[in-house]
Order: sequence, then C-alpha cells, then structure tokens
Amino acid sequence: MSWRLILAASLSITGLDAGYGAVRILHDVTLSVAEGETVALLGTNGNGKSTLMKSVMGMVRPSAGSIVATIDGVRHELIGMSTEAIVDLGIGFVPEGRRLFPRLTVTENLLMGAFRKKARPDIQKNIAFCFEVFPRLAERRKQLAGSMSGGEQQMLALARALMSAPRLLLIDEPSVGLAPLLVARTIDKIKELKDSFQLAVLMAEQNFTQAIRIADRGYVIVHGHIEFEGGSAAELNDNDLIRQFYLGA
Amino acid sequence: MRNVRFTVLALLVAAATFAAARLIDNAYVFFAGYVVLQYIVLATAWNILGGYTGYVNFGTAAFFALGAYTTVVLHKTVLVLPLPAMMLVGGVISGVIGLGMGYLTLRLRGTFFSIATLAMAVVAQTLITNWNFVGGSRGAYIIRPSDSPIFSGDYIQYLFVVMLLLSVISVSIARAIQHSRLGYGFSAIRDDELAAEASGVPTLKLKLIATTLSGGLMGMAGAPLPYYVTYLDPASGFSLSYAVNTIAMPLIGGTATWLGPVIGAVLLGTLQQVATVTISSALSLLLVGLLLVGFVIAAPKGIVGWFTR
Repeated sequence: MSWRLILAASLSITGLDAGYGAVRILHDVTLSVAEGETVALLGTNGNGKSTLMKSVMGMVRPSAGSIVATIDGVRHELIGMSTEAIVDLGIGFVPEGRRLFPRLTVTENLLMGAFRKKARPDIQKNIAFCFEVFPRLAERRKQLAGSMSGGEQQMLALARALMSAPRLLLIDEPSVGLAPLLVARTIDKIKELKDSFQLAVLMAEQNFTQAIRIADRGYVIVHGHIEFEGGSAAELNDNDLIRQFYLGA
Repeated sequence: MRNVRFTVLALLVAAATFAAARLIDNAYVFFAGYVVLQYIVLATAWNILGGYTGYVNFGTAAFFALGAYTTVVLHKTVLVLPLPAMMLVGGVISGVIGLGMGYLTLRLRGTFFSIATLAMAVVAQTLITNWNFVGGSRGAYIIRPSDSPIFSGDYIQYLFVVMLLLSVISVSIARAIQHSRLGYGFSAIRDDELAAEASGVPTLKLKLIATTLSGGLMGMAGAPLPYYVTYLDPASGFSLSYAVNTIAMPLIGGTATWLGPVIGAVLLGTLQQVATVTISSALSLLLVGLLLVGFVIAAPKGIVGWFTR
C-alpha cells in the first residue's frame, strides 16, 4: 500500500503559550508526537484543543514556547512560519467540522488540497491513492461536496489533507457531528491511513473511548493546561483525573 | 493561448463598438458611452475582490477619486504627460493604496471589512478636501483639449477609445484570473477561508494581490475623469453612487464570473443614462435600488446565474 519513501516525521511542542488578543488560552503546554505515533489530545469543548492545532499550523501566533517539527532529520521551528510554508514541510491539517468547499465537486476539493506547488507533480498519483483508500469518494467524484452525508464529508476532508502528501497529520475532532457508527468507522480509517502512509498523527478528540482505541499515547487538556499525560491507552483509561474532569463522574 | 484569443475577440468587439458610435455621429453618444465603459471597468475591478474572494469593498469611490486626483496633480505639475501615462500613474497609486488597505484591513472579515473600506473612503475624501493644491473643497478646473491627439475627432472620442481599451484590458485580466490557479485560490477563500488556509492556499498573499489589482484598475478608471467632467470637486469624485453602482452591477450580472459585471454594467449603466436624459438624474439611483432589491429576491446569483443551472 505504501507508495512513498518511508521517512520520519515528529513534532515537539514545549512551553507553549497562545491565545487571542488579551485572552490566553494555552498555558505552558508541552507535548510531543514521535515518529509513527498516534497521539490523542483529549478534552471537552473550550479547553484549547483547536487553539493548539492552529498554533502548530501557524494560524494562531503563540506568545511563548516553541513548536519544532523534525522532518527527515531536519529540525524546523514552526513559530513564525506561514501556514502555506508549514503545509509545504509536509504537515497536513484536517480542520474541525470538515470545512469542505461545498460548491465544488469531490475531485475539485481534492485538487484544492494539492494547491501547493510541491504537491502538484503527484496530483494524479495522490488522487488515485485517495480513491483507493476511500472507494466511496471515487463513486461520488463528480458530486458536490456539500450534498454528501457527514461521514462521507469527513472522509473527503481526510483525503483532501492527504493530497499535499503530509508526513505529519493533525486532525481536529474527526467525530464532531457524526453518528456513533460513523465515528467508529472514521477512527478506523485514520488508523488505516496512519499505517499505510507511515504518518505521525496528532488527533484532538472529545470522544474519549473512540480516540484511545487507536492512540498510542494521549494528553488530557483542561483549561489550556496539560493535566495528564498517559503513556498508553490503558493508563488513560484508569486515570482518576479523566473521570473527574472529563467524564464528569 | 486562449487568453490571447479572447483579448483579440474583445478588441474586435471594442472596434465595432467604436465604429458604431462614430456612425451615429452625435457627441452625446460618446459622453454617455464613456460612463457605461467606466462602469464596466469599475464593476470588473470590484468583482476581482468582491466577487472572486468575497470581500465586499465599499471604498470604490476612494480608489476611483485617487486616480482622478492623481491626474489633477500631474496636470498641475507636468502638463505634457499623455493621458495613458497619467492613467498608469493613477493606477499605480491606487494599487499601492489598495495594497496598504489590504495590509491594514484584511484581518477583518465580512461586514467589518466593508465598514473599514467605507471609513477609508471618508478619510481619503477628508484629506483631499483639505488639500489646497488640488483645489480643496472648491474643486479643480481642467481644460479639456478640443481634439483627439491620435485620430481626427473630438477629444471625447479619444476618452471613449481610451476607456474602451481599459475595459478590454480589465475584462481580459478578470477572465484570465477566473480560469487560473489564482482564481481557484480566490474562490477557495470566498467559500471557506480557514479550509483554504489548511490546504496551503497563501490566503494573505492572494488577498493582497486582489486588493492591489482591484484598487489599481479602479484608479486607472478614475484617471481620465478630470478631462471628462472638466471640473472635479471632492463631493463628486468621492460620490457614494460610485460605490453603490459598482456593487450593484456585479450583483445584478452575477459575481462568480467575469461576464457578470460586464452584463450588469452595460445593463444598469445604459438604463441610468437613458433615465437621466428622459426622466431625471435623481431617478437613476432609485432605479439601481429597485433593480437590486428585485434581483436579490428573484435571482440571487445574477443574470449569469439564470443560465448556469
């Protein structure tokens, strides 16, 4: 399945402070994603998951800390880089709520994912790969993205992010607005993609049980602080803090 | 190659238009036609930013008037410059202002951006009103030469030809953009800016290209104005009707394509000229309002939208 040279990508965030204007959202966040790892960032709404994702993508300017992506052994400090340069490095982003281009067709949405110059030579190969991984998208290639079901749209959002041939994929709340069965299917698909693409994945998720099914490690974020770091799914499962802050028990 | 073919075709249409206007042999045709052509340029320029990227600019009058006042300044300092050169200077100045406005205001989205552009127009008008060199609130007089410098005919015919060529240029640019990667980037920004950014579309850069190009073309459209009106004052140069008309025309014609603003400008511009002559000039703006209300209700995608699905 894997069609690309297997090379390593990892992410390391240290002491990150970020926010919007005077409002600080993230406080001294330290987090890492090693090569080939799937890391879950767990937390309910309003705790800073999306802000963290946007900070990595250069959409939010952090006030302190560092975000280093190591790709093929080269270290890149992401703070201060533009979003398009970060995408060029091989970091893909699936935004929360899918954010497709509803008036474009499936194929056109995929082409938009390959907007960067670097991604263009491989467009045909990458589209073929996306259709192979998501056969449903191949059936609907001429359909308008806005007219598809939520599950199909999430698949398209994932596929669009793959069009820039990323090595590190950030996925913001893949389960949002999906029926439970589709959540499970989406999460399975992320695992499949990660394995076949040799991706490193950072996934923000509220759906705790689904997320830790495929996560190697996880962080719990509460009010912008990393409150707990679990080295394995089991460790996360048995944690009091999660019961208290997260499951509300 | 397709773009070249289109431009050649547009030039042929322009030549036919000029020939037809000459046949009628009435100077008023050129005066009225000039205004319609000017609106083709303004509506097309507005649409590059407002239609393609979805950022509604209420400051058309500012870019337009800056182009016109550039001509006034040049006229008072270096009289010998030919009109196309003055238009180029006016375009560059308005383009630079567009770039600056983009830098300052493009963090704002939706209504907030529109309000900022409107505010910028008011600021620019205040500055010009208080600048004595260009006449301040008294306005400036420019004497129009009597004859065309390049062919035999009235100077108004020359102005008409210049504006005709500028419309060909603007429409060709707008069409080339629509079918290019730049155009896809623009519409991605319009549909969902965050998604565009996540896909690696350099949104700020593209938006700055749009504001610069749009502002520059508006300035070029304004540069011949002093020769057309022969008396330019801030109140008329910065008239809000320019802003209202250039928004109404693309909306009526359809904002998604290059053709929409052209159709809107020809239709509305001609209608306004006819109404001004036959009924009254005050009525022409009422006409715009009524048509706009009608189209928003009956055909939100404009005239072009009727034909595409």
